[in-house]
Amino acid sequence: MYFPKRTSYRDDLRLFPDRFTLWQYLALFAGLLLLPLAADGYILSQATFVFIYGIVAVGMMLLVGYTGQISLGHAAFFAVGAYTAAVLQSRGMAFLPAFVAAGALSGVVGIIIGLPALRVKGVYLAMATLSFAFIVEEVIVRWSSVTRGNRGMTVNDPVIFGLKLSGPVHMYYLSCVVFWLVMLVVINVLRSRTGRALSALRDSDVAAESMGINLAKFKTTAFAISAVATGLAGALYAHKLSYISPEQFGIMVSVEFLMMIIIGGLGSLHGAVFGAMFFIVLPQIIVGIKNYLPTRIAELPVLESVSFGVLVILFVLFEPRGLNGYWVRLKTYVSLFPFYRRGMFKRNKIASSDLIKH
Amino acid sequence: MSLFQVKDLAVHFGGIKAVDGVSFEVEKGSIFTIIGPNGAGKTTIFNLVSRINDPTAGSIHFEGRDITRVAANQVASLGIARTFQNIELFDNANVMQNILVGCHVHVGTSLLSEILRLPSFTQREIESRKNVEKIIDFLGLDAYRDSTVGSLPYGLRKMVELGRALAVSPKLLLLDEPSSGLNVEETDNIGSWIRDIRDVLGVTILMVEHDMRLVSAVSDRVLALNYGKLLAIGTAAQVQRDPAVISAYLGN
Amino acid sequence: MNEFLQQLVSGIAVGCVYALVALGFVLIYKATDIVNFAHGEVMMVGAFLGLTFIEILKLPYWIGLLLAIACMTVFGMLLNRFLLRPLAGQGILAVIVVTLGLSILLRAFASVIWGPETFALQTPFYNRVVRVGEVVLSQEHVAIIVLTIVLVAALYAFFRYSRIGIAMQATSENQLAAYYVGIPVQKVHSLIWALGAATAGVAGIMLAPIAFVQVNMGYVGLKAFPAAVLGGFGSIPGAIVGGVIIGVVESMAVLYLPEGINNVAAYILLLLVLMVRPQGLFGIQSKRRV
Repeated sequence: MYFPKRTSYRDDLRLFPDRFTLWQYLALFAGLLLLPLAADGYILSQATFVFIYGIVAVGMMLLVGYTGQISLGHAAFFAVGAYTAAVLQSRGMAFLPAFVAAGALSGVVGIIIGLPALRVKGVYLAMATLSFAFIVEEVIVRWSSVTRGNRGMTVNDPVIFGLKLSGPVHMYYLSCVVFWLVMLVVINVLRSRTGRALSALRDSDVAAESMGINLAKFKTTAFAISAVATGLAGALYAHKLSYISPEQFGIMVSVEFLMMIIIGGLGSLHGAVFGAMFFIVLPQIIVGIKNYLPTRIAELPVLESVSFGVLVILFVLFEPRGLNGYWVRLKTYVSLFPFYRRGMFKRNKIASSDLIKH
Repeated sequence: MSLFQVKDLAVHFGGIKAVDGVSFEVEKGSIFTIIGPNGAGKTTIFNLVSRINDPTAGSIHFEGRDITRVAANQVASLGIARTFQNIELFDNANVMQNILVGCHVHVGTSLLSEILRLPSFTQREIESRKNVEKIIDFLGLDAYRDSTVGSLPYGLRKMVELGRALAVSPKLLLLDEPSSGLNVEETDNIGSWIRDIRDVLGVTILMVEHDMRLVSAVSDRVLALNYGKLLAIGTAAQVQRDPAVISAYLGN
Repeated sequence: MNEFLQQLVSGIAVGCVYALVALGFVLIYKATDIVNFAHGEVMMVGAFLGLTFIEILKLPYWIGLLLAIACMTVFGMLLNRFLLRPLAGQGILAVIVVTLGLSILLRAFASVIWGPETFALQTPFYNRVVRVGEVVLSQEHVAIIVLTIVLVAALYAFFRYSRIGIAMQATSENQLAAYYVGIPVQKVHSLIWALGAATAGVAGIMLAPIAFVQVNMGYVGLKAFPAAVLGGFGSIPGAIVGGVIIGVVESMAVLYLPEGINNVAAYILLLLVLMVRPQGLFGIQSKRRV
């Protein structure tokens, strides 16, 4: 059994609460660093997508999980980031400034899309963000002088300080670095005064206001950070695929993003990562099971979307803590061994308040 | 000059006059209680003072300043904190984090310093935590500091909400029915806390309360309200003897 | 002038379709507190059922329509029983995600059962016109408007004068009180879902000649949301008025505004409403009491 010890305020503020956790993460980083030695291009490619969607998931988790603002419009930020990077690059801008611009412009769009959040919440906010997503998609299609409309845009490999990043290994490292930077930023925001204010306004906005929290300012901050993260992910996505077109940023993408963090486990950053991993791994699993299914079912092109839809419904109804719930239970089992009791995580009616109320 | 004044305060919701021309003053360092039957308008007055609602008429003055139209989130920085009738805690956070939110208004950190973990951030975080420690000590919540608030028993939740309000370092504390949901022993307990808050921390208290024992035990002045109108004002004993008050509570 | 009137009538007709979908959507929301993000797909299922009876089985139009409605009522009740009842009491995000998942599933099943192609549904009004003085109008559009008016009138009478209708209203207003006076609330919920699905089905079949029957029809039905918000969430007459307004705004946008705006006109309208008057035309704004 293991009990972390905290003996000073600084201990409370540490990123890695104890030596054990620090070593775990160092091992993880080492593993990620060395992965290209052991894995082929395909696996690195998938890992890159995990990082890219992981960035989106972390951004969404901040906004939806921690601040309680429902967004069905994140595909808009993804698109703005992707197209900004593509357009600026086609006009000759270097990768790094274009990348930063992609994030910044997404942030601005995020602030705009966050405006309804200052007036409405819950399902109305969901619909408002959905509406914005439709509008942004339409703008991309119609503004063909800049975005080449439905014909789509090709995107070249990023070039950083003269080094051309081509091939799965380079993209893997690039997206890995960006992912961990975004993760660090979000973690630091969440475990600080701003993070507490965000959770406060989720749990009781009336009480939060009475404690002096400016709801508008913090909702906007959450939307902005979430949008910047998603925009950066969009830029990486554009470079990874080397080709983008409006249909890659439709409503279903926003819906999939939301489902990703629900399955991952709302309210935890680990959940965001698990959700992204699940999102990438699921199609692989389906391809794998196809051999064991009767041919008529195996050939269906909708197998993937059906599985995703069914799984998300099952998770919401039966395992609201998501994949992170399993992870927490596993960790608890290991750390409390042999004293783990099966009823430990039984849902207590009072404490199981859904993170987002009406 | 009194710390807090309300003059001819009124709020109409449609045809209903929830608060109808109420005036009173609260002296610094005193405990002022508002009593009245259910629906008399007591919590509505609190909601007007903490600026959740806008009054239709009248004014509210705090430390000589007119705060009638101030934004709801500015009330805390002026030095007014409150608890809620139905406990509005942040159920998904632990006790420590709940009380830390109370420090929000006094110890500010910029987003940039938070992201970069600048020394200014660390210093201010530690300062906030020291303040919270004092409150946890004062209220005896040390054993529960890491417990998720949503799973705590009712009496403890009330204490946490009190702690959170105290973290604002208020000059005026609004307590909305502190004894509701508590048994006799717990009510006496909270009575001592309220007196301690006035005597030890020097906080002025404006309270809404039903329990007449608690009211008589702690109040310096009492105001009786019915149908949004002021019935009587004076010491607890005076108000309890007032014929208008008696008939309001017991009927004619 | 002719063109303007034709566009106007076409807009009203499409608006009637939106109105019917929004009507079912708001009915379900008022009674069960569930915002059904899959209601557009429910409409799609209705259209496909109509297709099956009318085009595939070659039954007469009105018989096919009635059969489709009957199937939709059962479909609605099944949805309520197996998917939505377990959701009772869970927060709004759970509802949104489950209904979104449902919309994915319905689209997938439809494409498997009927195929991903676009299908035509012939009605007795196909390619016929109505002359009103100087003006030539499509019979299709006029039929939709007339049918909607008849349906709405029937529903109004049903809610006002029948016992079940009054029971439904009671359940929508205050579920607990309805329980106390002996109303079988679970059965009423079932019926409301049946009604909501049926109206959506009718809307789908009416829409078929204009938008064709295909798996992505649900996106048209998604416009029920702006309609409901514009009318005031929780107001049934509001949903109808909202739907018609959106239909008209869209068709006017085709005529007078740059290309593409008509696709998003409904959503621009929704954003305007939420920013300026969130309670919509007929809704009431309620604040939580603390």
